[in-house]
Parts: sequence; structure tokens; C-alpha cells
Amino acid sequence: MDFLNALADPAIPFLRYAFGAGILASLSFGIIGTYVVARRITYIAGAIAHCVLGGIGAGLYCQHKLGITWFGPLSGAIVAALLAAIIIGLVSLHANQREDTAIGALWAIGMAIGLLFIAKTPGYIEPMSYLFGNILLISEFDLWMVLVLDALVVIIATLFYHKFLAVCFDEEYARLRGVRTDLYYLLLLCLTALTVVLLVRVVGIVMVIALLTLPAAVASNFAKGLWQMMVLATLFCIGFIGSGLAVSYNYDLPSGPTIIVIAGLVYLGATGWRQFRKNSRLRSAV
Amino acid sequence: MSAIDTQETAIRIRDLDFSYNGTPILENVTLDIMARDSLCIVGPNGGGKTTLLKLILGLLTPDRGEIEVLGRTPEKSRLRIGYVPQYARYDPQFPVTVLDVVLMGRLDRIFCGPYAKKDKEAALAALAEMGLADLAGRLFAEISGGQRQRVLIARALAAEGELLILDEPTANIDAASEEHLFELLGKLNERLTVMLVTHDVGFASKFFKSIVCVNRQVVLHPTSELTGELIRNMYGGDIRMIRHDHRCSPEGHCTHGLS
Repeated sequence: MDFLNALADPAIPFLRYAFGAGILASLSFGIIGTYVVARRITYIAGAIAHCVLGGIGAGLYCQHKLGITWFGPLSGAIVAALLAAIIIGLVSLHANQREDTAIGALWAIGMAIGLLFIAKTPGYIEPMSYLFGNILLISEFDLWMVLVLDALVVIIATLFYHKFLAVCFDEEYARLRGVRTDLYYLLLLCLTALTVVLLVRVVGIVMVIALLTLPAAVASNFAKGLWQMMVLATLFCIGFIGSGLAVSYNYDLPSGPTIIVIAGLVYLGATGWRQFRKNSRLRSAV
Repeated sequence: MSAIDTQETAIRIRDLDFSYNGTPILENVTLDIMARDSLCIVGPNGGGKTTLLKLILGLLTPDRGEIEVLGRTPEKSRLRIGYVPQYARYDPQFPVTVLDVVLMGRLDRIFCGPYAKKDKEAALAALAEMGLADLAGRLFAEISGGQRQRVLIARALAAEGELLILDEPTANIDAASEEHLFELLGKLNERLTVMLVTHDVGFASKFFKSIVCVNRQVVLHPTSELTGELIRNMYGGDIRMIRHDHRCSPEGHCTHGLS
């Protein structure tokens, strides 16, 4: 296998980093993606992901224009994602009507801020690689960052599993059981934000949302309960990233879109198969 | 109202007003609900039934007046209330097992990590009491409407409160499930105060000790005070008789229930 040899090849470390980051991040993506799909907040997660560009732009600007070396695009991305999560969370908690309009506006504003920063950053910066991912940009430092963030997300999400489950399933009842639901909802969005940042380098901010929701959506066809859905979603996510990287390497394709197309095809296949089964069961029942 | 003060009061409401966006929903409500009572809350849609429930649960705050639940503010007594919302408002595709739903009744007993063994035992016991022990591992989405309703009651029982509040439990379930439901509630009423919102009093008639009419104003009729004719009027016919009965209108009640 070309791909397996390439993974071991010391001359192309970025492939190994991308693969390692993908496998590690799959845990967060499986767990948080399940919450996002079950709670039906894909749209909110999408807005958070796009706001990340604002942080990346600010990070690049700080680094290249202001000379603040410790605050780069990744730090900017983390700050922007968390900020976006809290703002969007508060909007969705307190704006009873027109929530979607407000979130759509934040979505666009976040991106616009990022593009403005990038435009004013000296030197040529290709926004494409942030929007659609570029595994050539991944360094060993990124891999460590992914490891730390991943551990943080997985620990918090599993520790408060029952609280998150209750808040997602029945917020009002959770509140009546003495749970501070607003706080847990915001925490969940913050974890979503951190998760999104994990794979921005690999698939880019436009497509990262697909990697968050598609594995969980495929898993929901087979899972009995939220816990199983998380495990299955993680496995699917590993499968999508692994096969996507392999296919993209073998056929010299951009890795982000390859991963997303594979995930999308599997999702369509699983949903179609389920629908077919349901229809044929109905027909045989008649 | 002096006679009932000697008994234990579960809910005590005094001179309560509540309005939503400037529209008065409840006005000048004074109500005493005794412990171990079983009551049925009836009234037209938009009359304030659900608002009354949410005030009792502390999800809404009154504009004026006071509410005491089990001797304390609704927020403080919250954990001692078993609340059963309408099952129809749940996302039908949410991937959650029956046992996990029931365990939510014990959510206040853990901060993080898994539930304790005694929480699981309590949840399973509550399921068994509802006759659903064998459904524990099934998906909540897979079971029937009547079963889902009973799972939500089991969740409320797992919380081990003293007050059971059900919001329209008879909506969307068939007549057989409904009768079964009232049998179960009758048994639970031996140890709990039971309050139920409904728009359909027909099947409920044998079970309830009191009936509460809610239409901006709130009036409690203990069934013992009602004459035979009134009972027939209120319980025997269908709900329209109660809704349009002049005793349930604000004016009619002013002379009967409120001073």
C-alpha cells in the first residue's frame, strides 16, 4: 500500500501529522457531533466554525504585522471559536424570535472580520487553505495542540454525559431537576467550538461542519442510544479521515474535499439504504 | 376556607396575577391544594392551565401575589415535585434509551460521572411500578405513545417527590391506555398529591377528588361539596359542558369560590 508506506516515510511528516490529528480528533468529533446532531444545532455549530476565520485572520495579523509571535492563527482560532460560541449561545438562549437571522449575521460577520484582517496582513496569505484545509500546513506543534484540546473536550464531555444528555433531550425538565441548563448549553457550545478548531487545518472551516455532523448522522441509523451513537460516530469519523487521506494521497487530490465527499457518500448511502428498508418493510406489511 | 387550614397544604396561592406581554393570563388567583388531594385542572385553551402549572413549578414568576409549594418557594421545592410533561413535545428521533430517560429523574443527585447504583435501582423500580420493566433498554422513540407517557411518569416517580404534576397526559393516547393511566394514578394518589391538566374529563371522573377550573380566574371545587346534579353536569357529559357552564366563567365563580 502506497499510503501506508507514505505514512512511515520520514520525508513527508505532514501526512503522518494529518493522520494522527485526524485519528485523535475523531474522538471529539464523534462525541460532540452526536450532541450536535441529537440536539439539532448543526446550524449553530456551522456559525461557530465560520467565525473561526475571524480569529485566524486576527492571529495572522498579530503575528505578521504586530510581531506578537505567541498569538498565531491557531490561538486566534481558539479564542474566536469560544467567543463565537458564547455570543451565539446567549443569542439562542435569549432571542426568542429571529434567532436564525441573528446567528446568520454572526456567521457572516465572523468571516468578514477574518478576511479584513488577512487583507491587511503583510505578505501573501492564501485564505483558501484556511477555508478548505491544507494538510501541508500541519506541524508537530499542531499535533500536540490537537492532543491537548482533544483530551479536554473528551474529559469534560464524558464527565458530564448525563447532564448534557438531559439538557439536549429535555432542557425544561433538566432545569426542574436543579440543573443550570443555560450554563451546560453554553459549555456544550464551547466544546463544539474547540472541536471545530481541531480539524480546521485538515478540512478547513467551511467543511469541518460536515465532519462534525455526518459521522453522527450515519451512526444514528444504527445506534441504540446516545452512548452507542458516540462510539459509532467516532469509528466512522476515523474511517472517513483515514480513507480520505489515503485516496487523496494515491490520486493526488486535495485531502479536505476528498474526506468530505467520502463522508457525504456514506451518509447518503446509509440514509438511502435505511429508507429502502423502511419502504420494503411497509410494502411487505401491506 | 377556614376548615382546610387545619390540614397540610401542598400548594398555597394568594392574590396572584400573571400577564404575558401585557395580556393578563391569570388574575387574582387564590387557591389551596391539600396534601394527598387528587385534582384535575380544566379550562379552555389559552385559559391559563399551563401557565398555572409553570408558576407552581417556578418556571414563571408571578407579577403579583405569592405561591408556596410544600411550604417554600416553588424554586426551592422544585426537587420535591415529580413533573410529567406532554410526551408529544419530544424529538421523535432523539437517540435515548428508556432507562436513560427515567434516570433523568435522579439528575439532581449526581454532579458528574455515572449514576450511583441506588439511582439505577430507583429508576428500574419506578419503571416496574409503571409495568414497563422489560422496556428499560429500548429506545424511547421506538415505544408507543401510551408507553412513552408512562415512562415519563416513571421518570417523575424516580425523583421521589411528594407532588406529581401531569400536563395533558391523556392527549394522543387511546382509551385503553387512558383507563390504565388513571388506575395507576389512583394507586399513586395513596402516597402522593396528584395534579393533572386535561381538556377531557370524561374518563377522569371516578378518580379525582377535586376539580380546578382555570379561565383567567381559578376556582377549586371539592367533589364532596358538589351536588349530585352538578357532578353529573361536570363529569357526566363531555368537556364542552364544563367549558361553557356559567360556573366556570369568571363572573360565575366570583360568588361561589372567591370572596
